[in-house]
Amino acid sequence: MTTRRAVMAQTRVELILTLRRGESLLVSFLIPLGILVFFSKVGAVNTSLKDPVEFLVPGVLSLAVMSTAMVSLGIATGYERRYGVLKRLGSTPLSRGGLLVAKTINVVVIEVMQIVVIVATGVALGWELTGQFVAALGLLLLGTVVFASIGMLLAGTLRAEATLAVANGLFLLFLFLGGMAYPLDRLPDALASFARLLPPAALSESVRAALEGSGFPWSELVVLALWAVVMPFIVVRKFRWEE
Amino acid sequence: MSLSQNAIEVIDATKSYGSLRATENLSFSVNKGEVFGILGPNGAGKTTTVEMLEGYRFPDSGQVRVLGLDPKKDAATLHERVGVMLQEGGLSPGLKVAEALRLYRGLYTSPDDPERLLRLVELQDSSRTLIRRLSGGQRQRLSLALALIGRPEVIFLDEPTAGMDPRARLVTWEIIRQLRTDGVTVLLTTHGMDEAESLCDRVAILDRGALVAIGSPRDLTTRSDAQETRFTAQSELDLVSLAIALGIERVSLTEYQPGQYSVAAEPTPDLIARLAIWLREQNVRLGTLEAGQRSLEEVFLRLTGEGENR
Repeated sequence: MTTRRAVMAQTRVELILTLRRGESLLVSFLIPLGILVFFSKVGAVNTSLKDPVEFLVPGVLSLAVMSTAMVSLGIATGYERRYGVLKRLGSTPLSRGGLLVAKTINVVVIEVMQIVVIVATGVALGWELTGQFVAALGLLLLGTVVFASIGMLLAGTLRAEATLAVANGLFLLFLFLGGMAYPLDRLPDALASFARLLPPAALSESVRAALEGSGFPWSELVVLALWAVVMPFIVVRKFRWEE
Repeated sequence: MSLSQNAIEVIDATKSYGSLRATENLSFSVNKGEVFGILGPNGAGKTTTVEMLEGYRFPDSGQVRVLGLDPKKDAATLHERVGVMLQEGGLSPGLKVAEALRLYRGLYTSPDDPERLLRLVELQDSSRTLIRRLSGGQRQRLSLALALIGRPEVIFLDEPTAGMDPRARLVTWEIIRQLRTDGVTVLLTTHGMDEAESLCDRVAILDRGALVAIGSPRDLTTRSDAQETRFTAQSELDLVSLAIALGIERVSLTEYQPGQYSVAAEPTPDLIARLAIWLREQNVRLGTLEAGQRSLEEVFLRLTGEGENR
């Protein structure tokens, strides 16, 4: 019988551990912020947009979600599996559903902090908060489902060291293929078409369309939604609680 | 709900991992309030047995019951009433001792006082220490405290004193004795015969997944087949001839050290007389002669074949 009290106790611990992991905060906060500030100042993003910040804020918001939901959650959960933490919690009154709720709250709280910091930095750099912000938040939430599932799939199937390596590798790959720091059309056509089928590009392009108010991004939304349905299904089937 | 007095029942439980039989038609039960030990060499199926009872493994055939309930199906009810200490791990290295206790206090409906438990396991000076900075023995004691915090009716301890220094072992033994006084059922696995002998009301000895003996340590060490006669004399005596003279099987005789002999037989007056006659016939001078019960360790080694190569 998982009580709300049990879920809150676990959530508190999840947040303590996340805030105590310096390297995970680096990936979650400094890398997105660094990309936002650096690329908007040096003008490396030579887009058709009148201001690179308008391109970068949606991309960096997507990057932030990817870092927290996939990289931080995946690596932390992978090591919890390695250390037998997941196994041990499995014999307490905290149900597995309760544990997932606690992890979800943790991810969402960190993401809200990231969004606040990124939006504030964007505004300081001259970005104007227009367009459908609520729709953008909804898309980021959908992206969270996809990336958290990827993180959990790694954590629940690979050894902890492999999860660490693959999560970081995917982070870099998705940064290059995700239309986050530079537009997808800089990539060769075939590669760009392929990248549009992957979650990071679907997320960043749809968030960008929502924030620009340039019509609803239906095709990206379909890609993202498909990932959001398929990935949790695979995780439920493949996840192993013990290494 | 079962009305039986048994806190734990294992009924004909078989569990395999691939082609490896971890337990085979294993049956035993543990009374409420009993301290019960499972002994056995590595790979005998001790952890598999405990983990079936904890709900981590599911027997391929047969069944297990804890407090009359099914560890898998009734997990939600049992998790409030059962405490678990894994053989290793289970702790987040990045948490402080007090934070781990606070978490577990939050998970149970009527938890014990973390401060009391910290003092009980003698970790009160480490409450602000990160778990990764604790020694192995300190982590074991924290795991024990976490197993106790839900005020369990049944507690499973998988090698609770492994890696503990002698002082910590005594503290743990004292806690287990107190649990018995409080009426808690304790099931522990151990390699330490001294531990089993001094703590357990009853022990089960497993070998290759099967039960080879069960009873109180006293029963196991005083049974007639646990009797033994030992003597010393010159080395390399003719054991075939001696076995015939004693009227026992050759396998019951071992020269376990040069010049040190063990006769696995009750030291009856007849046996001692036959031994003396044979020694006179062979003109062998007797060093020492000892008779009596084996220690639990010797019973264990004999039953599990661990001593075969000694």
